Amino acid sequence: MADLGNIALWIALLIGLWGSAVAFVGGLKRRPELARSAERAVYVQWGLLFLASVGLLRALLTHDFTIEYVAAYTSRNLPLYYTWSAFYAGQKGSLLLWAIIVASFGSVALLVNRGKYRDLMPYVAGVVSVVVTFFVAAMVFSSNPFERLGFTPADGNGLNPQLQNPGMTIHPPMLYLGYTSITIPYAFAMGALISGRLDTGWIHAIRRWTLLSWLFLACGIVLGMWWAYVELGWGGYWAWDPVENASLLPWLTMTAFLHSVMIQEKRGMLKKWNLGLIIGSFLLSIFGTFITRSGVISSVHSFAQSSIGYFFLIFLVAAAGVSFALLAYRWPRLEAEAKLESMVSREAMFLFNNLIFIVIAFSVLWGTLFPILSEWIKGTKVTVGPPFFNQVNVPLGLLLLGLTGIGPLIAWRQATTANLKRQFLWPTTLMVLTAAFLLALRMSDGWAIGAFALGVFVTGTVVQEFVRGTGARHRLHGESYPLALVRLVGRNRRRYGGYVVHLGMVMLFAGFAGLAFKSDTEATLKPGQAVEVKSPYGHTYRLVHQGVSQYEQLNRFVSAASLDVYRDGTYLGVMKSEKRQHLNSLGRPTFEPSTEVAIRSDIREDLYLVYAGSVQGTEEAVYRVTINPLVWWVWYGGMVLVVGGIITMWPGGGGPTAASRRRAEPAGYVAQVTT
Amino acid sequence: MKAQTKFLIGGALVLATVGYLMASGIKETGVYYVTPSELATKIGRDNSFYNVGVKMGARVVKGSIQRDVASQTITFRVTDGTRSYPVVYRGLAPDTFTDEADVVVEGRLQRDGTFRATTLLAKCGSRYEAAPQQRAA
Repeated sequence: MADLGNIALWIALLIGLWGSAVAFVGGLKRRPELARSAERAVYVQWGLLFLASVGLLRALLTHDFTIEYVAAYTSRNLPLYYTWSAFYAGQKGSLLLWAIIVASFGSVALLVNRGKYRDLMPYVAGVVSVVVTFFVAAMVFSSNPFERLGFTPADGNGLNPQLQNPGMTIHPPMLYLGYTSITIPYAFAMGALISGRLDTGWIHAIRRWTLLSWLFLACGIVLGMWWAYVELGWGGYWAWDPVENASLLPWLTMTAFLHSVMIQEKRGMLKKWNLGLIIGSFLLSIFGTFITRSGVISSVHSFAQSSIGYFFLIFLVAAAGVSFALLAYRWPRLEAEAKLESMVSREAMFLFNNLIFIVIAFSVLWGTLFPILSEWIKGTKVTVGPPFFNQVNVPLGLLLLGLTGIGPLIAWRQATTANLKRQFLWPTTLMVLTAAFLLALRMSDGWAIGAFALGVFVTGTVVQEFVRGTGARHRLHGESYPLALVRLVGRNRRRYGGYVVHLGMVMLFAGFAGLAFKSDTEATLKPGQAVEVKSPYGHTYRLVHQGVSQYEQLNRFVSAASLDVYRDGTYLGVMKSEKRQHLNSLGRPTFEPSTEVAIRSDIREDLYLVYAGSVQGTEEAVYRVTINPLVWWVWYGGMVLVVGGIITMWPGGGGPTAASRRRAEPAGYVAQVTT
Repeated sequence: MKAQTKFLIGGALVLATVGYLMASGIKETGVYYVTPSELATKIGRDNSFYNVGVKMGARVVKGSIQRDVASQTITFRVTDGTRSYPVVYRGLAPDTFTDEADVVVEGRLQRDGTFRATTLLAKCGSRYEAAPQQRAA
């Protein structure tokens, strides 16, 4: 079965080389039959990768330990759903997952556009083919998931206990869906540049794909944060680790694109910039996977060192070279159709918003690469950590938050004083009152006050928009308020979905602001002893150690320490934190013991308990107690963000797309005729 | 003044501020990243290096981990194959901290040759190709 998988990979490689070649030849020489062959090659590649994936899954599920990958990541007593997720637990399987997802998205993009964009599609097929073939080549020549051991082990190593967690089964696929789907907008951008069809057509094609990619990446990032918080036990959810930053970078550039594309649709400006953002996002996604796999930047997440790093570096450099060369070649054809008329306008706010996103991305990239750069230039490796990233990004983030409130409401081209007063009077007043209120309460962190005040400002603008829009519909159409609200959102999905996304961001920022008030306490307690911890809201938690119980469960041996929890004298319940020792099917321990954290979460703060161990032979336990204010807002803010994104993507809903299509087509036609 | 010029000026201001924040951030929070051998070389060259905070990446020497649960102190040795240092760390260790784990400790080298660590990070073992037999990488 594995040999079938191996053969499938080799054939996929050959088909991919053929497909890539005929795609570009077919497009440049205007040979539609070659272009069709290229599209078919993508479908065939998908089929072969599907076979290979089935082969790998079968090997995993039947415990075929003659295959090195299966032996390395599964064991006989591993619960079934984790045996599935072992598919992408390691380097080799994750390459196969990446390849098949790109092939899947590519196939969908080709199928959906069977009757459209005929000038662009050969090149889209070509780019998809090249990317898929690259990943297949990486497997075939460097990290083959079907590689065999010379012998048959009695049992596999099993899956690392830290990965045996529901969040960890969804987080990698979500991230991969985000990373890989950037290939499609990139492919369209390349198509537009190569074919010279630079009218707004390609923008419509890629906006939805970019939104989809952005949404998947957002889910993947938030899931990763949640997993780190719940599973890793250090009490936080973001450490500015290189691999974390790698996922954030393309998300930042895509967020910038999703805003600046509106400027291009409405006023025909920023064409070069938008193409640059799409190219940049794709390069950053490859860069992200390069960092994760090559070990070139020391990170707690890196894959083991292997030659595969070189593969990715070469691919990255080649892709960058080709893309920017094409952009330079088409530079004269990408002139803006309008100019910036006033600083007090939506265009200017969007330009600033883009500038800040790029600057944040640059600083994150700089901080991530700094060890390599400093070693190159100065000979010694210097690293920067959370203090650097926070020092730079907190002020920038707050600036962005402010723009989030101003941008959507300020007028296009030039805002008048009357317009400014009408739009911003109430939100600004609420913001100032909030800031004054928090200062009066003597909140200790200035940045937190800024975050909350600006959050109120943005929320005020969004609520104002919903209220006014609903009120207008009620007056004009006689609809009841609830119906008016539904219709309002339904008819303007992009706008109101965007507002919901902004509300999600406000919630996230509120959650981040809570980090300023975090507290850590350590306590060693005999059964019956208690520790008292104060929360920033003035509550006192009293935690009484009950003792340590030990038992076997599924594939592990558990030591559970429990605490009775009281808040201001009221009994809240029991919290249990565990140390788990995973066992293989022979009952022998594998991997080091892992810790399960106990979390009690409510809207204002999280009580976070870690059982660190017992004093030898006794039930005297060591605990670390953390109070994490406002973490709830991070998870629910993430959900609101995703819901908003889905609303924005939902097909139908009229909106600016239709209007700009009408505006763009004549202009595009004229441009074609005069060239 | 044209709006575009105003925007460029505003943009330049933002860039200048960020550049300053980045430069000062690196200056204030940048930490040398060294292997045990590099640390030894630095100390040999410059005695005042004893007071400088560094990040040391190395591998835990097998069998060297000693944990005192009551005081939450862990002592162990790290090595890069050539040079090794004893490390003292007060606090909770991550679950991936085990014999022969790749770790990054942040702290200062004391005059007595012990590395006093304030942070202990251990590499996530998930991607480790735990091959059932020895293989050349």
